[in-house]
Amino acid sequence: MMGFDAMAIFFWLFAVVACAGALIVVVSRNIVRAAVGLIVSLFGVALLFFLAGAEFLGAMQLMIYVGGTVVLLAFGVMLTARTLFLRMSTTADQWLVAILLALPLTVILIQAALSYSPFHGGQPSIERTAEKSSATSVRPITITELGMALLGFRENGQNSEAVTLFRGNQGYLLPFELISVHLLVVLIGAAYLARRGVPKTMASSDAASVSDLGPGSTD
Amino acid sequence: MFSPISPIHYLFVGIVLFVTGLICLVTKRNIIAILIGVELILNAANINLVAFSSPVLFTGQVAPLRLDGQIFALFVMILAAAEAAVALAIALHFYSRFGTVDVDRGDSLKG
Repeated sequence: MMGFDAMAIFFWLFAVVACAGALIVVVSRNIVRAAVGLIVSLFGVALLFFLAGAEFLGAMQLMIYVGGTVVLLAFGVMLTARTLFLRMSTTADQWLVAILLALPLTVILIQAALSYSPFHGGQPSIERTAEKSSATSVRPITITELGMALLGFRENGQNSEAVTLFRGNQGYLLPFELISVHLLVVLIGAAYLARRGVPKTMASSDAASVSDLGPGSTD
Repeated sequence: MFSPISPIHYLFVGIVLFVTGLICLVTKRNIIAILIGVELILNAANINLVAFSSPVLFTGQVAPLRLDGQIFALFVMILAAAEAAVALAIALHFYSRFGTVDVDRGDSLKG
Protein backbone atom coordinates (compact mmCIF):
# COMPACT_ATOMS: atom_id res chain seq x y z
CA MET A 1 0.00 0.00 0.00
CA MET A 2 1.55 3.23 -1.09
CA GLY A 3 -0.62 5.35 1.10
CA PHE A 4 -3.26 7.90 0.41
CA ASP A 5 -1.86 10.14 -2.26
CA ALA A 6 -4.39 12.93 -2.58
CA MET A 7 -2.41 14.67 -5.29
CA ALA A 8 -2.48 11.63 -7.57
CA ILE A 9 -6.16 10.99 -6.97
CA PHE A 10 -7.13 14.55 -7.73
CA PHE A 11 -4.83 14.66 -10.74
CA TRP A 12 -6.45 11.65 -12.35
CA LEU A 13 -9.89 12.98 -11.54
CA PHE A 14 -9.17 16.37 -13.13
CA ALA A 15 -7.32 14.84 -16.06
CA VAL A 16 -10.29 12.61 -16.82
CA VAL A 17 -12.57 15.66 -16.69
CA ALA A 18 -10.35 17.62 -19.09
CA CYS A 19 -9.90 14.75 -21.54
CA ALA A 20 -13.57 13.76 -21.44
CA GLY A 21 -14.57 17.31 -22.34
CA ALA A 22 -12.14 17.31 -25.25
CA LEU A 23 -13.51 13.98 -26.47
CA ILE A 24 -17.06 15.31 -26.25
CA VAL A 25 -15.99 18.19 -28.47
CA VAL A 26 -14.64 15.84 -31.11
CA VAL A 27 -17.36 13.20 -31.03
CA SER A 28 -20.45 15.38 -30.82
CA ARG A 29 -22.14 16.35 -34.03
CA ASN A 30 -24.11 19.10 -32.33
CA ILE A 31 -22.43 22.48 -32.06
CA VAL A 32 -24.10 23.29 -28.76
CA ARG A 33 -22.88 20.05 -27.24
CA ALA A 34 -19.40 20.77 -28.55
CA ALA A 35 -19.45 24.12 -26.75
CA VAL A 36 -20.56 22.43 -23.54
CA GLY A 37 -17.77 19.89 -23.95
CA LEU A 38 -15.33 22.78 -24.32
CA ILE A 39 -16.60 24.25 -21.06
CA VAL A 40 -16.06 20.92 -19.29
CA SER A 41 -12.58 20.59 -20.75
CA LEU A 42 -11.57 24.13 -19.81
CA PHE A 43 -12.91 23.60 -16.31
CA GLY A 44 -10.81 20.47 -15.94
CA VAL A 45 -7.76 22.34 -17.18
CA ALA A 46 -8.40 25.09 -14.61
CA LEU A 47 -8.56 22.47 -11.87
CA LEU A 48 -5.27 21.04 -13.12
CA PHE A 49 -3.78 24.53 -12.87
CA PHE A 50 -4.94 24.79 -9.28
CA LEU A 51 -3.39 21.41 -8.56
CA ALA A 52 -0.07 22.44 -10.11
CA GLY A 53 0.22 25.43 -7.81
CA ALA A 54 -0.78 28.02 -10.40
CA GLU A 55 -3.75 29.43 -8.52
CA PHE A 56 -3.82 32.77 -10.28
CA LEU A 57 -3.69 31.10 -13.67
CA GLY A 58 -6.49 28.76 -12.68
CA ALA A 59 -8.65 31.68 -11.64
CA MET A 60 -7.80 33.49 -14.87
CA GLN A 61 -8.63 30.36 -16.82
CA LEU A 62 -12.06 30.28 -15.23
CA MET A 63 -12.64 34.00 -15.73
CA ILE A 64 -11.21 34.58 -19.20
CA TYR A 65 -11.84 31.25 -20.87
CA VAL A 66 -14.96 29.87 -19.24
CA GLY A 67 -16.40 33.28 -18.52
CA GLY A 68 -15.31 35.14 -21.63
CA THR A 69 -14.21 33.04 -24.56
CA VAL A 70 -16.85 30.35 -24.23
CA VAL A 71 -19.55 32.97 -23.83
CA LEU A 72 -18.30 34.57 -27.04
CA LEU A 73 -18.45 31.19 -28.77
CA ALA A 74 -21.95 30.59 -27.41
CA PHE A 75 -23.01 33.94 -28.81
CA GLY A 76 -21.46 32.92 -32.10
CA VAL A 77 -23.47 29.72 -32.07
CA MET A 78 -26.66 31.57 -31.26
CA LEU A 79 -26.12 34.24 -33.90
CA THR A 80 -25.20 31.87 -36.69
CA ALA A 81 -27.27 28.75 -36.05
CA ARG A 82 -30.36 28.67 -38.13
CA THR A 83 -32.05 25.96 -36.16
CA LEU A 84 -31.73 25.26 -32.48
CA PHE A 85 -29.80 22.05 -32.89
CA LEU A 86 -27.40 22.59 -35.71
CA ARG A 87 -26.04 19.32 -36.98
CA MET A 88 -22.55 18.99 -38.34
CA SER A 89 -21.85 16.33 -40.88
CA THR A 90 -18.42 14.86 -41.32
CA THR A 91 -17.61 12.83 -44.36
CA ALA A 92 -15.48 9.73 -44.39
CA ASP A 93 -12.56 11.30 -46.22
CA GLN A 94 -12.38 14.02 -43.61
CA TRP A 95 -12.08 11.38 -40.92
CA LEU A 96 -9.40 9.67 -43.01
CA VAL A 97 -7.37 12.87 -43.24
CA ALA A 98 -7.87 13.46 -39.53
CA ILE A 99 -6.65 10.00 -38.59
CA LEU A 100 -3.72 10.24 -40.98
CA LEU A 101 -2.75 13.50 -39.28
CA ALA A 102 -3.51 12.56 -35.71
CA LEU A 103 -1.95 9.12 -35.45
CA PRO A 104 1.63 10.02 -36.42
CA LEU A 105 1.37 13.22 -34.39
CA THR A 106 0.26 11.26 -31.33
CA VAL A 107 3.16 8.86 -31.68
CA ILE A 108 5.64 11.71 -32.07
CA LEU A 109 4.25 13.64 -29.12
CA ILE A 110 4.25 10.61 -26.83
CA GLN A 111 7.84 9.88 -27.77
CA ALA A 112 8.79 13.48 -27.11
CA ALA A 113 7.05 13.44 -23.74
CA LEU A 114 8.65 10.18 -22.70
CA SER A 115 12.09 11.40 -23.69
CA TYR A 116 11.79 14.22 -21.18
CA SER A 117 14.86 13.61 -19.07
CA PRO A 118 13.61 13.93 -15.45
CA PHE A 119 11.31 10.99 -16.05
CA HIS A 120 14.34 8.79 -16.55
CA GLY A 121 16.37 10.48 -13.86
CA GLY A 122 18.71 11.90 -16.47
CA GLN A 123 20.78 15.00 -16.18
CA PRO A 124 19.03 18.27 -16.80
CA SER A 125 20.32 20.25 -19.70
CA ILE A 126 19.87 23.53 -17.89
CA GLU A 127 22.58 24.53 -15.47
CA ARG A 128 20.57 24.20 -12.29
CA THR A 129 21.52 21.70 -9.67
CA ALA A 130 19.33 19.84 -7.26
CA GLU A 131 20.42 21.70 -4.15
CA LYS A 132 19.43 25.00 -5.66
CA SER A 133 16.16 23.73 -6.95
CA SER A 134 15.12 22.12 -3.68
CA ALA A 135 15.22 25.52 -2.04
CA THR A 136 13.34 27.34 -4.75
CA SER A 137 10.91 24.67 -5.82
CA VAL A 138 9.03 24.48 -2.56
CA ARG A 139 8.38 28.19 -2.50
CA PRO A 140 5.07 28.84 -4.21
CA ILE A 141 4.67 31.41 -6.93
CA THR A 142 2.72 34.30 -5.52
CA ILE A 143 0.63 36.84 -7.35
CA THR A 144 3.07 39.50 -6.16
CA GLU A 145 5.82 37.94 -8.26
CA LEU A 146 3.55 37.73 -11.28
CA GLY A 147 2.44 41.33 -10.96
CA MET A 148 5.93 42.64 -10.34
CA ALA A 149 7.21 40.72 -13.36
CA LEU A 150 4.56 42.36 -15.50
CA LEU A 151 5.75 45.72 -14.21
CA GLY A 152 9.35 45.04 -15.14
CA PHE A 153 10.64 43.66 -11.88
CA ARG A 154 11.40 39.99 -12.05
CA GLU A 155 12.33 37.72 -9.20
CA ASN A 156 15.75 36.20 -9.17
CA GLY A 157 14.64 32.68 -8.53
CA GLN A 158 17.81 30.87 -9.41
CA ASN A 159 20.34 31.58 -6.73
CA SER A 160 18.58 31.95 -3.44
CA GLU A 161 15.40 31.19 -1.60
CA ALA A 162 14.85 34.84 -0.80
CA VAL A 163 12.70 36.83 -3.15
CA THR A 164 15.09 39.35 -4.56
CA LEU A 165 13.62 41.71 -7.09
CA PHE A 166 15.88 43.63 -9.35
CA ARG A 167 15.37 46.08 -12.12
CA GLY A 168 16.63 44.78 -15.41
CA ASN A 169 15.70 43.57 -18.82
CA GLN A 170 14.24 40.35 -17.51
CA GLY A 171 10.85 41.72 -16.74
CA TYR A 172 7.77 41.59 -18.90
CA LEU A 173 6.94 45.27 -19.13
CA LEU A 174 7.27 45.48 -22.90
CA PRO A 175 5.08 42.42 -23.66
CA PHE A 176 2.58 43.77 -21.16
CA GLU A 177 2.39 47.09 -22.98
CA LEU A 178 2.28 45.38 -26.37
CA ILE A 179 -0.58 43.17 -25.32
CA SER A 180 -2.47 46.18 -24.00
CA VAL A 181 -2.22 47.90 -27.37
CA HIS A 182 -3.08 44.61 -29.03
CA LEU A 183 -6.26 44.30 -27.00
CA LEU A 184 -7.23 47.84 -27.96
CA VAL A 185 -6.69 47.07 -31.64
CA VAL A 186 -8.70 43.87 -31.28
CA LEU A 187 -11.53 45.76 -29.62
CA ILE A 188 -11.72 48.29 -32.44
CA GLY A 189 -11.22 45.68 -35.14
CA ALA A 190 -13.86 43.32 -33.80
CA ALA A 191 -16.36 46.15 -33.41
CA TYR A 192 -15.62 47.24 -36.98
CA LEU A 193 -15.87 43.77 -38.45
CA ALA A 194 -19.02 42.75 -36.61
CA ARG A 195 -21.03 45.72 -37.74
CA ARG A 196 -24.38 44.93 -39.13
CA GLY A 197 -24.44 44.63 -42.88
CA VAL A 198 -21.73 44.42 -45.47
CA PRO A 199 -19.24 47.27 -45.95
CA LYS A 200 -19.89 49.39 -48.98
CA THR A 201 -16.79 48.48 -50.92
CA MET A 202 -17.46 44.77 -50.65
CA ALA A 203 -21.17 45.16 -51.30
CA SER A 204 -20.69 47.18 -54.47
CA SER A 205 -18.09 44.82 -55.87
CA ASP A 206 -20.07 41.67 -55.26
CA ALA A 207 -23.65 42.79 -54.91
CA ALA A 208 -25.16 39.99 -56.96
CA SER A 209 -23.70 37.13 -54.99
CA VAL A 210 -24.56 38.79 -51.71
CA SER A 211 -28.19 39.13 -52.68
CA ASP A 212 -28.20 35.52 -53.83
CA LEU A 213 -26.70 34.20 -50.64
CA GLY A 214 -28.68 36.16 -48.14
CA PRO A 215 -29.67 34.69 -44.82
CA GLY A 216 -32.88 33.37 -46.30
CA SER A 217 -31.21 31.15 -48.88
CA THR A 218 -30.61 27.51 -48.24
CA ASP A 219 -27.31 25.76 -48.49
CA MET B 1 3.97 5.39 -12.69
CA PHE B 2 0.76 6.52 -11.06
CA SER B 3 1.64 7.88 -7.70
CA PRO B 4 4.12 10.77 -7.83
CA ILE B 5 2.61 13.22 -10.24
CA SER B 6 5.38 14.54 -12.44
CA PRO B 7 5.24 17.07 -15.31
CA ILE B 8 5.05 14.16 -17.72
CA HIS B 9 1.53 13.37 -16.54
CA TYR B 10 0.55 16.90 -17.44
CA LEU B 11 2.27 16.48 -20.79
CA PHE B 12 0.02 13.54 -21.55
CA VAL B 13 -3.09 15.56 -20.77
CA GLY B 14 -1.68 18.19 -23.12
CA ILE B 15 -1.18 15.56 -25.83
CA VAL B 16 -4.80 14.44 -25.54
CA LEU B 17 -6.08 18.00 -25.77
CA PHE B 18 -3.79 18.86 -28.69
CA VAL B 19 -4.72 15.82 -30.75
CA THR B 20 -8.44 16.21 -30.09
CA GLY B 21 -8.20 19.87 -31.00
CA LEU B 22 -6.42 19.00 -34.23
CA ILE B 23 -9.03 16.38 -35.12
CA CYS B 24 -11.75 18.91 -34.37
CA LEU B 25 -9.98 21.41 -36.59
CA VAL B 26 -9.82 18.98 -39.51
CA THR B 27 -13.16 17.23 -39.33
CA LYS B 28 -15.56 20.04 -38.51
CA ARG B 29 -16.75 22.41 -41.17
CA ASN B 30 -18.66 24.76 -38.90
CA ILE B 31 -16.53 27.84 -38.31
CA ILE B 32 -17.49 27.96 -34.62
CA ALA B 33 -16.45 24.33 -34.18
CA ILE B 34 -13.11 25.14 -35.77
CA LEU B 35 -12.69 27.93 -33.22
CA ILE B 36 -13.41 25.44 -30.45
CA GLY B 37 -10.65 23.22 -31.82
CA VAL B 38 -8.24 26.15 -31.79
CA GLU B 39 -9.12 26.83 -28.15
CA LEU B 40 -8.36 23.21 -27.28
CA ILE B 41 -4.95 23.44 -28.94
CA LEU B 42 -4.11 26.65 -27.08
CA ASN B 43 -5.12 24.98 -23.82
CA ALA B 44 -2.80 22.08 -24.56
CA ALA B 45 0.05 24.55 -24.88
CA ASN B 46 -1.00 26.20 -21.63
CA ILE B 47 -0.97 22.90 -19.78
CA ASN B 48 2.60 22.29 -20.89
CA LEU B 49 3.70 25.76 -19.85
CA VAL B 50 2.11 25.43 -16.42
CA ALA B 51 3.52 21.95 -15.91
CA PHE B 52 7.07 23.07 -16.65
CA SER B 53 6.72 26.10 -14.40
CA SER B 54 5.01 24.41 -11.48
CA PRO B 55 6.92 24.42 -8.20
CA VAL B 56 5.01 21.46 -6.77
CA LEU B 57 5.41 18.98 -9.63
CA PHE B 58 9.20 18.89 -9.73
CA THR B 59 10.65 16.73 -7.00
CA GLY B 60 14.17 17.97 -6.69
CA GLN B 61 15.77 16.74 -9.91
CA VAL B 62 15.35 19.80 -12.05
CA ALA B 63 14.34 23.29 -11.12
CA PRO B 64 11.03 24.37 -12.58
CA LEU B 65 10.76 27.37 -14.83
CA ARG B 66 8.68 29.06 -12.13
CA LEU B 67 7.59 32.49 -13.24
CA ASP B 68 8.25 32.48 -16.97
CA GLY B 69 5.92 29.64 -17.83
CA GLN B 70 3.04 31.12 -15.90
CA ILE B 71 3.44 34.52 -17.52
CA PHE B 72 3.59 32.98 -20.97
CA ALA B 73 0.46 30.99 -20.18
CA LEU B 74 -1.21 34.21 -19.11
CA PHE B 75 -0.28 35.87 -22.40
CA VAL B 76 -1.60 32.86 -24.31
CA MET B 77 -4.92 33.19 -22.49
CA ILE B 78 -5.22 36.88 -23.31
CA LEU B 79 -4.32 36.30 -26.93
CA ALA B 80 -6.84 33.47 -27.12
CA ALA B 81 -9.57 35.77 -25.89
CA ALA B 82 -8.58 38.40 -28.46
CA GLU B 83 -8.45 35.76 -31.19
CA ALA B 84 -11.91 34.51 -30.26
CA ALA B 85 -13.32 38.03 -30.43
CA VAL B 86 -11.88 38.74 -33.88
CA ALA B 87 -12.75 35.31 -35.20
CA LEU B 88 -16.31 35.66 -33.96
CA ALA B 89 -16.57 38.98 -35.77
CA ILE B 90 -15.26 37.33 -38.92
CA ALA B 91 -17.71 34.47 -38.47
CA LEU B 92 -20.64 36.88 -38.15
CA HIS B 93 -19.47 38.70 -41.24
CA PHE B 94 -19.11 35.40 -43.06
CA TYR B 95 -22.61 34.43 -42.03
CA SER B 96 -24.15 37.69 -43.14
CA ARG B 97 -22.36 37.40 -46.48
CA PHE B 98 -22.82 33.75 -47.36
CA GLY B 99 -25.81 32.83 -45.22
CA THR B 100 -24.04 29.85 -43.71
CA VAL B 101 -21.16 29.05 -41.39
CA ASP B 102 -19.86 26.21 -43.53
CA VAL B 103 -16.29 27.15 -44.33
CA ASP B 104 -16.38 25.19 -47.59
CA ARG B 105 -18.80 27.76 -48.95
CA GLY B 106 -16.31 30.57 -48.63
CA ASP B 107 -14.69 29.92 -52.00
CA SER B 108 -15.08 33.32 -53.62
CA LEU B 109 -11.35 33.61 -54.22
CA LYS B 110 -11.20 30.35 -56.11
CA GLY B 111 -10.07 31.07 -59.63
